[in-house]
Amino acid sequence: MMTPMQALDTRKIRADFPVLAREVRPGIPLVYLDNAATSQKPASVIQVMSHYYEHMNANIHRGIHQLAEDATIAYEEARGSIAKFIGAATWQEIVFTRNTTESLNLVAYSWGRNKLQAGDRVLLTEMEHHANIVPWHMLAEAHGVALDFVPVLDDGTLDLEAYKALLDKSPKLVSFTHMSNVLGTINPVHEMTRLAHEAGALVIIDGAQSVPHLPVNVTEMDVDFYAFSSHKMLGPTGIGVLYGKKDLLHAMPPFLGGGDMIRKVKLDGFSTNDPPYKFEAGTPAIAEALGFEAAISYLEGLGMESVHAHEEEIIRYALERLEEVPGLKVYGPGPEVRGGVASFTFEGIHPHDVAQILDEGGIAVRAGHHCAMPIHDKFSIPATTRASFYIYNTTDEVDALIEGLYKVKQVFG
Amino acid sequence: MDDFYREVIIDRYKNPQLRGELDPHDYSYQDDNPLCGDEIRIDLRVNDDGVVTDAAFTGHGCAISMASADLLVESIIGKPLEEIKNLAKEDILELLGIELGPVRLKCALLSLKVLKAGVYGMETLEEELL
Repeated sequence: MMTPMQALDTRKIRADFPVLAREVRPGIPLVYLDNAATSQKPASVIQVMSHYYEHMNANIHRGIHQLAEDATIAYEEARGSIAKFIGAATWQEIVFTRNTTESLNLVAYSWGRNKLQAGDRVLLTEMEHHANIVPWHMLAEAHGVALDFVPVLDDGTLDLEAYKALLDKSPKLVSFTHMSNVLGTINPVHEMTRLAHEAGALVIIDGAQSVPHLPVNVTEMDVDFYAFSSHKMLGPTGIGVLYGKKDLLHAMPPFLGGGDMIRKVKLDGFSTNDPPYKFEAGTPAIAEALGFEAAISYLEGLGMESVHAHEEEIIRYALERLEEVPGLKVYGPGPEVRGGVASFTFEGIHPHDVAQILDEGGIAVRAGHHCAMPIHDKFSIPATTRASFYIYNTTDEVDALIEGLYKVKQVFG
Repeated sequence: MDDFYREVIIDRYKNPQLRGELDPHDYSYQDDNPLCGDEIRIDLRVNDDGVVTDAAFTGHGCAISMASADLLVESIIGKPLEEIKNLAKEDILELLGIELGPVRLKCALLSLKVLKAGVYGMETLEEELL
């Protein structure tokens, strides 16, 4: 990494996030531990977006006037920054979408419906978010594609022996999460990608939980597609990315039809634009692209190695402290292969009740199945409470969480 | 917190008065809240005059949903089915004695949804209830 590795200065970082100064209710400060759902935004991101609307707002790509030209340049520069951030070979491999979900659907729809036939297999895992299950279910229903799932072991890691055995069935595509949004498991992407390629499958990675928290280099990992969202990594909602290898994107038919994705339109047909524009129909989220770039620039300023090290320290401490609480059970692996996510059950107390009482103390966590019902089924639990951490969280906030959990215990005595 | 987890709610959650199944029963219906996985089944016995003579519930869920099921089931014993038809959100909130935001309202109203669906076959009540 360019930035030398150093510990994050959380006090300084917190001052950059206006919302963290908020009291949830009078006298009750915010302890925001719902980062796996969405992160908070630094002032720099908010300012870039306001500045765009105050000084530059115009539609991009075909305008001749100055504002349109400024906006087009800014939008395309944002794409270039994102390409660099994830180590893509060229900006042409960065397709702007709405979010990770849309990116995965784009591949399922455009690549899947055209390159897969009835009987072809797609290999997923049991720890996927619904966004990486449902598009493939839809493809299975429409096209007769068969789905297999790599089992999750009791410790929350993937069963890699079973993975190898399932690769023997020659899937055409393997799609899995880089980091589980429930268990926090960081999967061995390099090894799994290599094995998939050896078996002749393409690889798509759901990077929604990894790009915000770990150094990611798509070229080094040699993945074919990689999907992630801006809003989980300090940027605005409404914009995400599909990275795709250039040759693959070229060979794929378009997804949505409309303006910007075409080269020529006649009454009897159309020809498509080159990637990435081929997959970007209609006016995109322009201010959001600029906000996304500002978010990336903020993260680069910290250094992704430092971001990861900070979260590793927090989750290590959180797991230790959570273990002290009687009746509480945390799911997922140890801190060496886990991101900053801890999902847990509390004996006899429903996760909604846990979250509600924590909220009374200003502590924001998530309760439910976190859009990953199959992994909850796997562990025979209907729901969990999830605390998830980011660059601005501190060990003091972990202490506040633990104190809150003792209060929950008290209420339910 | 004192408001939300009133003693009655915690008490009903831990010591429900009407948890169980009725065999035989005249009505039985089960539904879930897919958002959080809560499940409730309600059984009823009804006499020839259309009055509920016995009622019970089973299921799992958060304190709000279980307490409201217990209170609701208790409140309808001795009442004519016709009256149950008119039960609304406000009645449940009155039983619980609290105000609820839209997310937790779904938890509180699941039992009423189950009851109305079971008795009247009303399947799409959620919007109406909220």
